Amino acid sequence: MAVPVSRMTSPGPVIEVRDLVTCYGDQKILDGVSLTVEPGEIMVIMGGSGSGKSTLLRYLLGLHRADGGEIRLFGKDISTLSSREWMALRRKIGVSFQGGALFNSMDVGENVRMPLREHTSLDENTMRIMARMKLEVVNMAGFEHLMPAQLSGGMIKRAALARAIVMDPAILFFDEPSAGLDPVVAADLDNLILRIRDAMQVSMVVVTHELESAFKIADRITVLDRGRILMIGTVDEVRGSDNPRIRNLLTRTSEDEPVDADEYLRRLTEGARRI
Amino acid sequence: MTFPVEDRQGFSVVMLSGEIDLNNSPDARKVILNSLKKMKHVMVDLSNVDYIDSSGVASLVEGFQYARSNELEFGLIGVSEAAMSVLRLARLDQVFRIYGSLDERLANGG
Repeated sequence: MAVPVSRMTSPGPVIEVRDLVTCYGDQKILDGVSLTVEPGEIMVIMGGSGSGKSTLLRYLLGLHRADGGEIRLFGKDISTLSSREWMALRRKIGVSFQGGALFNSMDVGENVRMPLREHTSLDENTMRIMARMKLEVVNMAGFEHLMPAQLSGGMIKRAALARAIVMDPAILFFDEPSAGLDPVVAADLDNLILRIRDAMQVSMVVVTHELESAFKIADRITVLDRGRILMIGTVDEVRGSDNPRIRNLLTRTSEDEPVDADEYLRRLTEGARRI
Repeated sequence: MTFPVEDRQGFSVVMLSGEIDLNNSPDARKVILNSLKKMKHVMVDLSNVDYIDSSGVASLVEGFQYARSNELEFGLIGVSEAAMSVLRLARLDQVFRIYGSLDERLANGG
């Protein structure tokens, strides 16, 4: 798939994470995470609750400063960017948050147009058409005057997606696209994600714990477990993995691992973190 | 940035090229709307467009909207695959009049 030159300010991966370490107090949440996302690729970040996948997303979005390691977007180390450079880079990034994060005081159309108002000085009519085009893409045409409170869960996700892609981002971050949706609506959303990737040549990072969705949309999957990467591979490679922790995740079974008495005691008496 | 306009056989042909995005789509919009104010038949040539974003496509929609409300002719010629995939995503390939070339439009008689 040909990616226009302007959509990749440097050759190579659009996202590079090297030895990322993040802490909450003295507790490591992410521990030496490294991965790359190539242009036009859908990278799914998968893992159980508490694995660090949502934390990783927040650091990729530059919401927090890493305690160690490096994150590069379009070849640029995000920790070194000025606020002006960061704003310019943000124009190339779309985010669809788990709960939609629509502004409740704005109708759907205003929500979708908001990034255009914030980042461009386009003519009002142009902005309206752009927003309606994206609502058409997510099958929400004609719903622009509804308020978020009037939308179903699936509609909120789609409206949030329309807002995330209204600026034609080069990278789209998607947090739990299928969470809370019925299987048919979730499958529709997966198809939509694939259609958008193919038409807009956008790279995507999708955080999910929904296996079916992950296997359907992913080019590659990063499996996180307790803040560390267990594996990065294609759908087939992950499916075929014989790593017991990955097998547990795939078969949705809990671990029954041997108890280290000393370590267990330290957790109870000193509040140490499970290793 | 200005985009050239060529007069050919009763048509104004707006020649867009390169990458049409937020930086230059207002210029494309201006050239398209100005051409429609001067000529009854306007085609936008997209054969040299490497990439067109939503703001560029919105400019085409505005041209189409203006033409419809003023009973003018507006169409697209030489739509590259990159541009077509963006049009298809919003099903605009079924809305615009699209021709391979101006000759094809002339052969079809409109």
